[in-house]
Formats: sequence, structure tokens, C-alpha cells
Amino acid sequence: MRDDLRGIWCIIAKDMRTYYLKPPAISWGIVFPIAWVLALYLRNPVDFKGLIPGLLAMTALFSTTAAEAVVINFELRLGSLERLLLAPISIMAILLGKILGGAIFGLLMSSLVAVMCVFLLNFDLHWISFLSILLPALLAFSTMGSLLCLMVKEVFEAQTLLNLPRFVMVFISGVVYPVEAMPKALQFLAHLFPLTYAVKGFQGVSGVSQGANVALHAAVLMAFSLIFFLPAANLLSKKFE
Amino acid sequence: MLQHPHCPKKEEWIVTSIAIKAEGLIKRYGDIVAVKGISFDVEEGELFGFLGPNGAGKTTTIRMLTGLSKPTAGNVELLGLDIKANAATTKGFTGVVPEASNLYDELTALENLLFMGKLYGVRRRERYERAGALLELFRLQEKRDRPFRTLSRGMKRSLTIAAALIHNPKILFLDEPTVGLDVMAARSLRSAIRKLRDQGMTIFLTTHYLEEADVLCDRIAIIVRGQIVAVEKPEELKKMAIKEQAIELTIRGSVSILVERLAALIGAKPIIVGSNTLRCSGTANSLLPHICRAIQDTGAEIESINTIRPTLEEAFVRITGLSSTMMAMEKGGK
Repeated sequence: MRDDLRGIWCIIAKDMRTYYLKPPAISWGIVFPIAWVLALYLRNPVDFKGLIPGLLAMTALFSTTAAEAVVINFELRLGSLERLLLAPISIMAILLGKILGGAIFGLLMSSLVAVMCVFLLNFDLHWISFLSILLPALLAFSTMGSLLCLMVKEVFEAQTLLNLPRFVMVFISGVVYPVEAMPKALQFLAHLFPLTYAVKGFQGVSGVSQGANVALHAAVLMAFSLIFFLPAANLLSKKFE
Repeated sequence: MLQHPHCPKKEEWIVTSIAIKAEGLIKRYGDIVAVKGISFDVEEGELFGFLGPNGAGKTTTIRMLTGLSKPTAGNVELLGLDIKANAATTKGFTGVVPEASNLYDELTALENLLFMGKLYGVRRRERYERAGALLELFRLQEKRDRPFRTLSRGMKRSLTIAAALIHNPKILFLDEPTVGLDVMAARSLRSAIRKLRDQGMTIFLTTHYLEEADVLCDRIAIIVRGQIVAVEKPEELKKMAIKEQAIELTIRGSVSILVERLAALIGAKPIIVGSNTLRCSGTANSLLPHICRAIQDTGAEIESINTIRPTLEEAFVRITGLSSTMMAMEKGGK
């Protein structure tokens, strides 16, 4: 247990230092979400506040998954992930280190966007409540990212594969268009994706949506993390058989 | 020597002089059987060579021995501990150098060593001490602050080996350590490997370089198509393959008269290998008196006389039916 905790911390610290400024992490994890925020703000500055919860959720999604592609696929390609498996730490700890590395990147980016919204747009945000939904959302997205990234080898393959669920989610999970206003079939589909719960959770904590059950959304996001984690651990283990 | 936290505790220690024990190891990938039930022991402090052509199962075996790949069947024990039941402990006292130098490009030489030390739980002060000592051992002190990606191939290889030693392992696995290195870098690495063996470290080395195995290893296992065909000391392997020695004789002037005289004395015609050189097969003890007598009888003037011993290459070719050139070409992807 102590070895695993030490291993997790070592992996996170090394990934933060080594990969956070890699071009794919910057382009998909920083530039892309900020470009979306600015584009939607410039199109409609008056009603922009209603879009902020969705954009915060989208920022969390893109930044964590972009970071996962970097921290996992760079090492898969170079073979350095194998080094971690040779160390006296468990596969679960290695995967958790990788997931937390992506989640911390997402935390930094989402917090940056949130700070910009609070200070530049006077967006009303209760930080503790915000974190209560942001943290499970980051874990769910990062775990989902790790599962998809482990299916391929190269960083560009991972980013391409990740774009499929990312863009589907952006359009049906209520980021720009409310889920409730969509046809029933799409509403059902939307509830199969974690971004929907993150958007609803952020809407709840920022007062955009009244009566949202934030705790339930956070619990569903944690459940998503678990659902993605187990096959990801299995996939990582199989990669080296 | 610094003590590592993952070395087996006294109560876990099983008194044994066997560092590595492989029993009936099989590895199957679908229909392909890469390793077909191999068994061998490596003594503590031994430098054990695992020699074979490309695709023979060397890397698959090393991956099973280090716990990186699960065997389809069979068991591995390191220092008397089953690696499945004691994964963290056994990983803690083994160092592994994979075939590819796969440290982190963005980290410097020193940072890579410190990271690996931290991962293995080496205390901060010891980490710095050992990192410094290893950089010195591999002559990389001047490159300590250079990112890994900027180092030459030989330096990368040396640093990869240093990283595997940062936690002072009891057993070191080296997978093709000198592949792709120039002569000087390979020689320097071999010298470092010898030093580690002299310090008492058990070393398991896979290689397809016959000369490397010959000069470094205490014992050699030859693996061909997933099966071990011989495990012996290099000298014994040579003897196993070629029973007879030969004596090569160079004289001033023509060898024809000497050939006739020798043929009469030893009952077999010596082979002329050059205008002034001939070779006789047999043991040195049985040949030398006849050669001296023939020289005396014919009055031949000797320029040189050498005992030709069988090489490991000849033994390898005899045992496996493969040529060393073929092995080198396969490895180079030619």
C-alpha cells in the first residue's frame, strides 16, 4: 500500500513535469476549450452566463482526456510505460497515477476558465460546491480517456479516437443546447455519457438550474469512473502479456 | 553497498544459492508457442548468458522471469521466492534493462536516475549518492544535466543500465545490452558488466553476440525455437561441439615434404591451409611428439606453431545449425 501510494505520487509528479507542456496537451487541452469559450462569448455575450456551466464541463472533458492521451500514449510508444510495470508497484497504482495526472491537468485548466468567468464576467460560483462536482467529473473523464488511450498506441490515434465521444458529448450533453429540449431518443442517449451529469451538476452549483440534485450527479460521475477504471486496468495488464 | 528496502526480510529469506529458478516455462501467443517448457537455474553471483537467434524466445523468457509477462505454464523463483506470490518483493530486488533504451526523453540523466530511485523507494540521500556513483561508473558525470533525448546511443544504453542499478538490485536482467553500439561503447559496457559481476551481482544476459557471451558469461544457455538445447560453461560448450583440437604449423619454405612425413607418422593427411601453413587435427598431447619428430626428420624451419581451439561460434553452429552471421543479420533486420 505504501509502495503504491509512493508510486502514484512519483508518476503524477513526473507526468506533470514531463508532459503538461507537450503540444497535444496544449492544443486539445488548453487552446481548444478556451477557443470555444471565446467563440460562444463573442457570438452572444448577453446570454453567455447560461452557457458557462456547459463550457466548464467541456473544458474539464477536453483537458483531462487530452492529457491522458499524452501521459499514456507517449509512454506506450517509447516503451517507458513498461519501466513502471517493472517497479514494485501494482498495475492499479500505475493506472491511478496516470488517471490522476490527467485529472490534475483538467483541474488546472477548468479552474483557470472558472477564474476567468468569475473575475471577468462576474459569474456567481460557490467554489466548494463547484469542486464537489468538478472533482468527480475530472475522474470520470480521465478514466474514460485512459480506457480509450490504452486501446491505441500513438498520441494522434488516441486524440482521434477520443474525438468521437468528445464531440458526440459536446452536442448532446447539454453544453450548448439543453438536453430536455432534445428528442426523447437523444435524451436517453445523452444520459449514457458522463458529460451530461457534469453539465447538470455545474448548472446546479452555479444556480443556472434550480433543484438539480448535485450529489446524485456527483455519485453518477463516480460510478462512471469505476465503470471505466476496471476495463482500463484489464487492458493495461493485457498490453504487457 | 546500500541496502534496499525491497530486499527480502530475514524471515522471508529462503536459504538458497539459486538466484533464478525457471521450471517448465511455456509461453503461448494464440497458436504460436514462443517458449516451449524451458527449465534452468542460475546460481547467485553468476553471469548467465542466454544465447539464441532472433525470435528464439530470449526476450519472451526475460519478460516472464521479470514478471512483465505471465507464463502460460511454469514457475519462476527469484532468490527462492515465487514471483507470482511475491511480485512486489521480487521486483524490488531485481533490475531490468530492456532491449530498448526507454528512459524519459524530457528528463536529464540525473533526473532519470533519481526518478527511478524514488519509484523503488530509495531514500533521498541514498538516491543522490547512488546516482552520482552510477554516473561515475558509466562515465556520464559530464552529461548529468543533459536531457536523455540528447545523449548518444551508447550513453543512452549506459544510462538505462544505470537506472536499473539505482536501487542496488541483487539480480540484474540485461536484454541485448550492446545491440547497436559502436565498438568502444560496447567494450566499455562489457567492462562495466564485468565489474558488477565481480561485486557479486547475479546477472542474466540475453545476447546474440557469440563473442560477448564467450568473454562475459560463466555459463551459457542456448535457446533455439523456444527450447533450450544446451546449458554449459563456454569452454564445455566448445568441447561438446568439437571433440578434437588442431595444431597449425607455419614453416619457412614448402610444407609438402613435412606433410608426407606427418601423414606417415599420424596415419592421416594434414590439411594444407596456406603455402607455408598446414593444420593437423587431434589432441595436442598426441600430436606434438609426432610433429617434433617430423620437423627433426625433414629439417624444416618453424616460423610459428599454434594450438587451434574450437570457438563458441563453431560450437553454436554445430549445436543449432545456424550461422552467427545469420543471427547478426536477423537482428539487424536485414
